[in-house]
Amino acid sequence: MNTNALLKRSSFIELGARERARALLDARSMRELIGPFERFVSPWLAQQNVVTQADDGVVVAKGRIDDQPAVVLAIEGAYQGGSLGEVGGAKIAGALELAAEDNRRGVPTRAVILFETGGVRLQEANLGLAAIAEIHSAIVDLRRYQPVIGIIAGTVGCFGGMSIAAGLCSYLIVTQEARLGLNGPAVIEQEAGIDEYDSRDRPFIWSITGGEQRYRSKLADAYLDDDAEAILATVRELFRTGLPAHNRSDRHADFLACLAGVDAREQARPDAVRALYQKGL
Amino acid sequence: MERINLEFPAGKPARRSALAGVVGSGDLEVLLEPNGAGSTAVSITTSVDGMGRIWEAVLTRILTAAPLPAAKIEINDFGATPGVVRMRIEQAFEELDAAGGTR
Repeated sequence: MNTNALLKRSSFIELGARERARALLDARSMRELIGPFERFVSPWLAQQNVVTQADDGVVVAKGRIDDQPAVVLAIEGAYQGGSLGEVGGAKIAGALELAAEDNRRGVPTRAVILFETGGVRLQEANLGLAAIAEIHSAIVDLRRYQPVIGIIAGTVGCFGGMSIAAGLCSYLIVTQEARLGLNGPAVIEQEAGIDEYDSRDRPFIWSITGGEQRYRSKLADAYLDDDAEAILATVRELFRTGLPAHNRSDRHADFLACLAGVDAREQARPDAVRALYQKGL
Repeated sequence: MERINLEFPAGKPARRSALAGVVGSGDLEVLLEPNGAGSTAVSITTSVDGMGRIWEAVLTRILTAAPLPAAKIEINDFGATPGVVRMRIEQAFEELDAAGGTR
């Protein structure tokens, strides 16, 4: 790659959650809801001797994108692996529910979710899982009116229940650094053994769950460089395109038909997985 | 996890609030808010136990070297080194003067 072009590019991955939200919203339009100074922190972490973050690792940013009302929900991957607990989960679900309510009242609020998460926060167990289920319902509700765009930039990736949330989005944007999977690599290695899945073999992990592979397997709609401007341009373009003809999650029968053709006696290889989905979808 | 509270002399009240950092590995979050004139109150929650004297020494050096606005400072620390602590606190004070801060 051209070094000059790389140096001129402004990285999206290097931004924190709050700055990522700001980068997507129109200049000076961002207004944070339930911000850090309101101190809605996790009531459960301190009881387990874990230091809390003032925003519980989730930024809810209202504003405008392309001069249309929007809300950006950004998960901070650096805090507790972007894990979702009761408070952070409720912030996302609540904001999506309010956006759907806006639409029913004639205000076309659209949403972007920045996934940077290992999934549920284990210390908050069922409360986190319940919150993630509410996020799923809220995405399905809102996407009837306006596109819900998911972005997995990296480097944490998107796993667990939140990978289902990513799959429910109207559109999903990934980068090369992104990873998307129901189970994280360490969990698969623990359950299936290192011969099956070596979580330390980074090229192997990315070849199976990485952004490019997911895009080529039709599990994502755009595969972009780590470039804040390119990501913003694609977000605007997708919102202008409007609702997709078919939501990915409505095509479950097509995906299942692809999976039915898998020969499980053979170890799955990245190119075979691509071919399988490209042929069937 | 340990909680530490410290107080330092300061100048006029800070004019607004500012935020810096995240509670990530080797990092910390600094929330800075206005306090009554004359004193800065720091409340620290840290994942590393038994470092009270080091916190006191580091914060004394940062907060008393030059006159600073009076602030309530909340620190949520996840194992930051003294250098990172200094940078984050200075970043928060700089945010006070920057246009378009957190508030």
